[in-house]
Amino acid sequence: MAVAIFIGFVLFVIGLSFYLGHRTKTSSGYYAAGGQIHWGVNGIAFAGDYLSAASFLGICGMIATVGYDGFLYSIGYLAGWIVALFVVAEPMKRLGKYTFTDAVDYKYNSRGIKLAAAISTLVVSVCYLIPQMVGAGVLVQPLLGMPHHWGVIMVGVIVITIVATAGMASTTYVQFLKGGLLIIFSLVLVVAVCKRGLSTRPDQGGQVPFQAAARLEAVARDGTFVVSEPGVRVLEAQAHPSAKKTFVRLERAGREGWWVAGAAEGPTVLEEAQSVVVTRDGSRLVNGAPESAENRLRQVGNMEQVCGKPEAEAGAVSPFAFLAALGAPDTVVRRCLDARLKDRDGSSVTVYYPVLTKGSQLLRPGMKFKVQGSLLERLDFISLMLALFLGTAALPHILIRYYTVPSPASARKSTIVAIAAIGFFYVLTLFMGLGAMVQGVLNPADSNMAAPLLARSFGKGLFAIISAIAFATVLGTVSGLIVAASGAVAHDLCDRYLNLRMDDRQKIMAGKISAFVIGGIAIVLGILFKGMNVTFLVGLAFAVAASANLPALVMLIFWRRTTARGITASILTGVVASMALILLSPDLYKVYGLDPSRAPVPFSNPGLVSIPLSFVVLVVVSLLTQPKRAE
Amino acid sequence: MLHAPAAPVGKDPAAAYKARLGLWMFSLYLLFYVAFVAINVGWPLLMERTVCCGMNLATVYGFALIVTALFLALVYDALCRARERALSGQADGVKGAK
Repeated sequence: MAVAIFIGFVLFVIGLSFYLGHRTKTSSGYYAAGGQIHWGVNGIAFAGDYLSAASFLGICGMIATVGYDGFLYSIGYLAGWIVALFVVAEPMKRLGKYTFTDAVDYKYNSRGIKLAAAISTLVVSVCYLIPQMVGAGVLVQPLLGMPHHWGVIMVGVIVITIVATAGMASTTYVQFLKGGLLIIFSLVLVVAVCKRGLSTRPDQGGQVPFQAAARLEAVARDGTFVVSEPGVRVLEAQAHPSAKKTFVRLERAGREGWWVAGAAEGPTVLEEAQSVVVTRDGSRLVNGAPESAENRLRQVGNMEQVCGKPEAEAGAVSPFAFLAALGAPDTVVRRCLDARLKDRDGSSVTVYYPVLTKGSQLLRPGMKFKVQGSLLERLDFISLMLALFLGTAALPHILIRYYTVPSPASARKSTIVAIAAIGFFYVLTLFMGLGAMVQGVLNPADSNMAAPLLARSFGKGLFAIISAIAFATVLGTVSGLIVAASGAVAHDLCDRYLNLRMDDRQKIMAGKISAFVIGGIAIVLGILFKGMNVTFLVGLAFAVAASANLPALVMLIFWRRTTARGITASILTGVVASMALILLSPDLYKVYGLDPSRAPVPFSNPGLVSIPLSFVVLVVVSLLTQPKRAE
Repeated sequence: MLHAPAAPVGKDPAAAYKARLGLWMFSLYLLFYVAFVAINVGWPLLMERTVCCGMNLATVYGFALIVTALFLALVYDALCRARERALSGQADGVKGAK
């Protein structure tokens, strides 16, 4: 049934796109839905565009693994709409025609601006596309049993079909539908989470028996461990410097596994961990046995104490009581972290080990962002919050939605509808993420699946609906991004920058061909970036957008001395500076398989440097290139 | 014209007022947001304190940022609409007099 619901929903979306595509005859219809979308529909479509895989999969996953720090993304993403409403919405509608480039080039008709803005739109769209495609791959694995790369290819093909058939009109209605359904079913999921309540032995409503981790008494001596239980053989012990733990490989009841030690010297307790081992011949072992449909990593996450009680039975709680209990100082939650190492045989090992965290620590910042760390770590956090705040109003696929409504007042009203819908959804993410954290549903190897797996714990029907909506989320957002990117290529570059003389039909065809090419690039990148948290990746896309696009847009509106060269220089500086800082950052060094401590840039979020730099460049170049006044 | 909007947009006499109002309201929200970030990096342990309905400051402030965004948006819309109505009424009055 789950697969049928899923396929039915996807076919409906494609059918809608073909129907609307049949009616799209002009380039205005293709790029801006003819500018005739109702503000209410556009507002929910905004929410559909914005609540991408990053919001639904990534934020819930991040909250489920690092608590409140994941919710900071929700707060930052929503706050960004204030910039969109108060600063950008109405001027954007008045200035442009189809694309972001139209708006910043409104006064100047400059080839430099056209080129720079089109490049920026392409870069931001591709950066934003990567996490969506990664999210697509993640989704189809548990639902359809397909490997990650097939999920990415499937989304790519469907989206290219949608965009190439109808453009902005179909994208808008798909987003409207998906945005509405996402909010409704997320609310259903949160009600179910609160009804189930908090338990120290979560069993997914009786579906999956709770399995407490096994413990062994041991004595640490001379770098190894002695276990008193008969039949247990210690094979090796490794201290892991970055995890600050000692991991022990031992054989028990004929099966090898990895355990984590409580202390490195003297009497200690070894606690059972989970492991994935990739041997030198390429075979994969999960918890000491070959990986199969029956032998996968166990789902994890539970409470050890609820408000000081070591044994708590599940029962309905109010939303306030749910948050109060989870954040209490005498609440203890068992989370799962991972560490990578090489065993003595040269196999690559990922150990998923339990850690205990107090509730008060869980519901305040600090588990991911080192707000109590060094000055540089704190600045990195400020940099992220700045990029989230300023990035929304600079995202090309959000900006082009202002052209689909008939007037500036409609642009304003649709932004307010978007703030209401998105704000409500972000409140729900805290409950979904925390619910996934403590109700024993998390896949320790993939945080992105937290929300769909939480839904599965309430039955296959809800799982299918939530997965189908999440898949449509990816489809809709990718459609919007591809429309924005294809507009940059076909409208800004081919038509306006290169002055290729095209009639309306040829412009639409150029947009569709661009959609094919950009969709292909997105598929390849989605496969390459498998396994990264999608919210983290979107955070980087926000930084690029805020650095490249926002200074140009804001100064164009509010500073009369802004010149075409100033805008061109600012956009190019923003793109180059933010991309360079990201590519040389510690987090990207991890992706390259290099030691992050050797990264030349010591922080991961570039906004605090690249956004002011882009503003300064715009001001300086504009002042240097003022038009001469007539004598 | 190449840059003409997808749908024709007439002259908006309230545009200057709305831009000014937008900047004021943006500044107000920005202060609230900056205070949140400052507490997080300056006094993160303060965020643990229980302040309302058993919830700590981090949770309450986070929700407050979301709710305040919506509240300010609604106030902004109401003020913009009032000014748009007033100015369109004036314009109609001038037309009628002619």
